[in-house]
Amino acid sequence: MRILRLVLRRLSLSIPCLGIILAVLFFLLQLAPGDAVDALIGQMGTSDDTLSKLLRSYYGLDGSVVGQFTGYVGRLATLDLGLSIAYGKPVIDLILERLPVTVVLMVTSMAMAFTAGCVVGVIAARYVHRWPDTIISVLGMLVYSMPSFWFGLMAIVLFAVTLGWLPAGGISDLRAGHTGIAHLLDMAKHLVMPALTLGLIFFAVYLRVMRTAMVEVMTLDFMRTARAKGLQERAVLFRHALRNALLPMVTIAGLHASSMLGGAVVVESVFSLPGLGRLAQEAVVQRDLNMLLGITVMSSVLVIAVNLVIDIIYARLDPRIDVGA
Amino acid sequence: MTALLSIENLSIALPRGADRAHAAKDVSFTIDRGEVFCVVGESGSGKSLTAAAILGLLPPGVRASGGRILFEGQDLLQLSLPDLRRISGKRIGMVFQDPMTALNPLHTVGSQVAETFRIHTSLGRAEIADRVLDLLETMRLPEPRQIARAYPHELSGGQRQRCVIAMAMALEPALLIADEPTTALDVTTQAQILGLIRDLQARRGMGVMFITHDFGVVAEVATRIAVMRQGEVVEQGEAATILNRPRHPYSQALIAAMPALRPPPYQPSTAAPVLSVEGVHKTYRRRGRTVAALKDVSLTLRRGTTLGVVGESGSGKSTLARCLVKLVEPEQGAIRVLDTDITRLSGSAWRAQTGRIQMVFQDPFTSLNPRRRVGDLVTQGIAMRGIRGPDLKDRAEDLFRLVGLDPAAIDRFPHEFSGGQRQRIGLARALALEPDVLVADEPVSALDLSVQAQVLDLLASLRRKLGLSMVFITHDLRVAAQVCDRVAIMQRGEVVEEGPAETLLTAPTHPYSRELLAAVPGRGWAGGR
Repeated sequence: MRILRLVLRRLSLSIPCLGIILAVLFFLLQLAPGDAVDALIGQMGTSDDTLSKLLRSYYGLDGSVVGQFTGYVGRLATLDLGLSIAYGKPVIDLILERLPVTVVLMVTSMAMAFTAGCVVGVIAARYVHRWPDTIISVLGMLVYSMPSFWFGLMAIVLFAVTLGWLPAGGISDLRAGHTGIAHLLDMAKHLVMPALTLGLIFFAVYLRVMRTAMVEVMTLDFMRTARAKGLQERAVLFRHALRNALLPMVTIAGLHASSMLGGAVVVESVFSLPGLGRLAQEAVVQRDLNMLLGITVMSSVLVIAVNLVIDIIYARLDPRIDVGA
Repeated sequence: MTALLSIENLSIALPRGADRAHAAKDVSFTIDRGEVFCVVGESGSGKSLTAAAILGLLPPGVRASGGRILFEGQDLLQLSLPDLRRISGKRIGMVFQDPMTALNPLHTVGSQVAETFRIHTSLGRAEIADRVLDLLETMRLPEPRQIARAYPHELSGGQRQRCVIAMAMALEPALLIADEPTTALDVTTQAQILGLIRDLQARRGMGVMFITHDFGVVAEVATRIAVMRQGEVVEQGEAATILNRPRHPYSQALIAAMPALRPPPYQPSTAAPVLSVEGVHKTYRRRGRTVAALKDVSLTLRRGTTLGVVGESGSGKSTLARCLVKLVEPEQGAIRVLDTDITRLSGSAWRAQTGRIQMVFQDPFTSLNPRRRVGDLVTQGIAMRGIRGPDLKDRAEDLFRLVGLDPAAIDRFPHEFSGGQRQRIGLARALALEPDVLVADEPVSALDLSVQAQVLDLLASLRRKLGLSMVFITHDLRVAAQVCDRVAIMQRGEVVEEGPAETLLTAPTHPYSRELLAAVPGRGWAGGR
């Protein structure tokens, strides 16, 4: 009941939120000089007024800005994101084609970063101010201060070029023509390096957050109560400290969901993965307004959805969260 | 027969760089079955660390450096941590000071009590659940089923402390260590918890090590007493002997510092009222619920007198204090300082008047801005009135002298002062503007007994010297008896009884006032100053 109320409350807030995002994005993109037709004509190498006029009416770019916006929102209600000018295909089809790669990439790297961050953070906290903690902290700082594309490139040099263990890029090996399980395994193999590259920096963040949270929780009074009860040290750590320390972790993870999408763009470029990030980059270059708008709408929905999930997890973890009012 | 617990020459070493080398030095005492052994001392006396050492709960960096802790003949200091934990919770139970933080906020209290059974017994789920309910009932908790399913934040302080005691008592330990178990509780709740501990102890015949700073509580429960100071036991013996004929000067001083529940004879004042509160109402709305913090409160303070406002948490006494200095706006009623109704003043008009009513806050550690020099803090109010330069410095030095601090210290920062000194600074700050009325909100409740006595003496002498008119808010009837001419007792936002301290604290008429007075620990004991 409590959780259901929370979901309903958050959903009712996210719809106006989505509307505002949409309006801001739409009008912001209008401010940039030139439109998709200008870009298209530029590529063709001609400058024919009647042709550009024809193209503008074909793509619905000749009306007033407000008219275009209301038309767009109306079509959005039926999940119609319009036509991509660069690809000549419906935007929704393009996005759905690319979305799985990005989602898989984000979910795996987030999961890896979160899990590894927790484990290593707990170890560091367990040996706080002793040598395991020092080594972990130094390594964490090192990872945190390196740009992720550099890691990607170095990983390619080492694992793909020198050692030849993993593929250097792409999502699957087209020449092998795998099907079924073999195809999935092939994709997983292609995702190892990108997911690691994307997750590494978040791993460093989670490790630090987890360490600090654990160290702090371990000074709290109820830890002493648990010990006085006769709980062995390991059980004190796992039954009482861990769940309390996870609270700040979950908060941070929620905030990272959106910045991870940004990181995915870089990683997808480095590993030439056909994901949403690359699609967005191409849309910017080609002034494909419909596509860009479609992608941003899609990613806002994604971020809102992730935050909803985070809120639910948080409410499940912490009974003190007030979901009423 | 050997003693239940026998501590022999225990020393606890503090990490290098601490203010002293040992938290406890050469501490020896024994506790037998069926007795309540009280360890009394002020903060920093090492009493809590001595208790923590028994169960190996010393904080990191602090360790027992010598001596033995024999429990049922076994030296606990020689045991490995896992072996020690097999005794903790089973043979030795422990109860902590602050029930607000002693429970894990993320688990139901039922499961936390059940954990003791899960650790030490092989009972099945259903049986543990039954035992937990029985136990909660023994702790006199209403609706044990509901309580077991509740999370700590859903319970009151007293209920939580009962759950913590339930946890410690679950396996009927031979020894119960209680570290200031009632310090964080209201007086009436404290009386109930003390009764509970005494009952359990008598019924089960266990030994209790009871740590406290409050001689009233000691008089209530102790069979034998050890007095600690600076890590050393200065005196120990039978309770009656130490309470009534203390031999060591420190025990004598501590007992003398304890305010007696004997108000001085009442001297009616005919002076004009300097502050009058008339029919004040204040309600708080939270989550659709309305809580009446103040219901039709009317009080009068005559010039040169002290009015005590006494109540437990939630009685509305702090809301009243905040209304008096206009930190909170009442919905109805008037608060007159001399002839001005301050509830009607606008922001700027009030700022011109703030000097007329000033406040001293409860917590001397958080009520001073840590980034400013204390001299500036004290004179900030007068500086706003246009006094500058050397005059300001002179004024700061005068104020420091007035409250008994070294005037040379005005350039220091708050953290360089002790709690009692900071409370003096707070007092100097409030007095800087020469207010008509001083509102003191629990000014001594965060202080050690001996420091509390000094601050109370200071207040008394300032009152004589400056003719202060004061509203003194406290939960402690003993303190109220020391400083107040008249006392108002509040309960759930209402003043239930108001009158001269002398009559109210000896023969109250309202049932709640009687309950409150009966709950004061150590009332039967004639000690104190």
